Amino acid sequence: MGGCSGCSLAAGTVSAAAVQPGRHVVALVGPPNSGKSTLFNRLTGLRQKVANFPGVTVEKHIGRAKLSGDRETLLIDLPGIYSLHPRTEDEQVTHDVLAGRMPDVPRPDAVLLILDSTALGRHLVMAAPVLALGIPTLVVLNMADDLRSRGGHVDVAALSHQLGAPVALVSAARGEGVEGIDDFLRGTAAHPRSPLVELPILQDVPRCREWAARVGSRSSYRAPAPAEWSRRLDAVFLHPLAGPLVFLIVVLAVFQTIFTGARPLMSLVESAITASGNAVAALLPEGILRSLLVEGVWSGVGAVVVFLPQILLLFLFIGILEDSGYLARAAVIADRTMRRVGLQGKSFIPLLSAYACAVPAIMATRTIENKRDRIATILIAPFMTCSARLPVYTLIVAAFIPAKPLLGGLLGSRAAAMLGLYLIGFLAAFVTARALKSSVLKSERTPFVLELPPYRWPTLRSLGLRLLDRASVFLRRAGTLILAVAIVLWALAHLPLTDGKPPAIENSVVGTIGRTVEPLIEPLGFNWKIGVGLITSLAAREVIVGTLGAIYGMEGNSQSLSLQSALQRDLSLAGAVALLIFFAFAMQCISTMAVVRRETGGWKWPAVQFAYMTALAYCSAFLAYRIVSAL
Amino acid sequence: MLQLSFNKRSDRRTVPPRQLAELQEGERAVLERLELPEDVARRLMEMGFVPGNTMTAARSAPGGDPRVFRVDGSEIALRHETAVHLILRP
Repeated sequence: MGGCSGCSLAAGTVSAAAVQPGRHVVALVGPPNSGKSTLFNRLTGLRQKVANFPGVTVEKHIGRAKLSGDRETLLIDLPGIYSLHPRTEDEQVTHDVLAGRMPDVPRPDAVLLILDSTALGRHLVMAAPVLALGIPTLVVLNMADDLRSRGGHVDVAALSHQLGAPVALVSAARGEGVEGIDDFLRGTAAHPRSPLVELPILQDVPRCREWAARVGSRSSYRAPAPAEWSRRLDAVFLHPLAGPLVFLIVVLAVFQTIFTGARPLMSLVESAITASGNAVAALLPEGILRSLLVEGVWSGVGAVVVFLPQILLLFLFIGILEDSGYLARAAVIADRTMRRVGLQGKSFIPLLSAYACAVPAIMATRTIENKRDRIATILIAPFMTCSARLPVYTLIVAAFIPAKPLLGGLLGSRAAAMLGLYLIGFLAAFVTARALKSSVLKSERTPFVLELPPYRWPTLRSLGLRLLDRASVFLRRAGTLILAVAIVLWALAHLPLTDGKPPAIENSVVGTIGRTVEPLIEPLGFNWKIGVGLITSLAAREVIVGTLGAIYGMEGNSQSLSLQSALQRDLSLAGAVALLIFFAFAMQCISTMAVVRRETGGWKWPAVQFAYMTALAYCSAFLAYRIVSAL
Repeated sequence: MLQLSFNKRSDRRTVPPRQLAELQEGERAVLERLELPEDVARRLMEMGFVPGNTMTAARSAPGGDPRVFRVDGSEIALRHETAVHLILRP
């Protein structure tokens, strides 16, 4: 669930980081929660790229290591796995890369095996299959700071002799002991020759464990005292009453902050866009270029870029919840509810990340072993309110819902409206899951097994990398897809020319298209401008904001109005509610449909999903329009 | 003699093997065997649920299910329906 880097993948904007032969290739292998990605971020910083392994949806993280030597070292971060026995897609990919059987990826020259030093009893088992591959391997014992502070101990030299491989004790989060990894990568680390113990037969898990226990005790490994503060926190977060209450408070606080906390930053961005637009307008002579830049590009792209602070804030919250370890607890709490709709707690984690973006969420479903559970999760994921809906919701809610304090000032009416929109998406997902799981996707239950990592402070570094990644995806989309839509829209709004002059927007090509679809959407309370927005937002939801920005920017009498006031003039309250409901349910995202097709191996499921979601959106919006109009 | 062996047999009948699911919060026990299909059992063993290993019941989600078990210093959540198939050493 690495942020929303997936959006860019599906949109095809990140060129696959190709690994050329002749380079020094190092693979990072290790179980989940061993701090593998933290170490990867530590070693590569910003010099990393995300791509996909060919044919599968497992993300391939590749980065260049900062080494003082002249040789370029490429690090590949493989998915977190508990064994090399290929059963899930993650395990298959790791297995294939290490065996040199993955197309486009040469067999690694070296392996960094990352194990959690506080859980060596279990993690050391992973050493056997990795060492058996015969690739030069450095065993990295991570979380050294935790091990020390909780009174654990391990004799690194003895362990290195036992395993016949160099061992480094590090803390990736603090950057402690990372020099040892540099030495190994430069090939200067001392290599002990043959292991003192024979490797066990890999198929036999109990034998492997015995082997690991023997190696551990010969390296005088003493497991640390259990993380007491983690248990104390669980006493609150998993408490029968306090647990769900804390969950609710966290959710409310996130909404309130996203809605009100982002305001000052958003107005800052907004005034910067207005000022730069005015500056450009002042610089250029009156004419076609000025019209294109100011009315087309600035009002179209600018209308979307304004929402960057809000989206980053949402990703910051999701990042904190994920990195701190709270998300795993939330999955445990949610398991009971998920079971009621026929799914399990594991489906909850992809669904939660779908609040950021459905694309990585759908890719994250690969941890679900049961195929039918997985398809059901994929089909309901786009109902979760993704960050692309945020600009649409914010714009309409701010324009039509007056700000009033609720619950004694705890929650604003606008934040409450947003919360309501998030809730109906959630409800739609649950009803759909229930229907699917009791009919076409009925299956036997698979066991729910989930590791709860100890609570950790999220590091600024990993949160920063996440936000940077997200900001670049968002801005790239604004600079490509939304820019292109804005330019095409501007051109179509200025055609056909009569006597060399552009027509009034109602009579332009855009106006004609809008008027053609108008009868179809009139029952929902939308006019032709919204209709044009609905068409362009088939590419991505937030495009409607840019489209409306551009249309109103070109329309003579609304040019001076803000987008909000222009909308207020053009849409009734009932129509606004219908539009919100439509966006809550409709599938307007090319990237999601592409990833669903790839995941489910055909057009059948994305077609079913698109038809179902559009029909639901249309009918619900119609009902909402009728009900609110009657009030 | 007869009496004795009879007692023995009835003992065996009245004391069924305990299941992991029956552990109370804070209670420890050693795992005897996993009565689960091979692939599921293997996955659980990789997570630390290996015969001979000690496990402690910890907190549960509100409502008592799933429950968290402490194995090898890690915490792993299992549903009741899975934990009934993990048989403990008497």
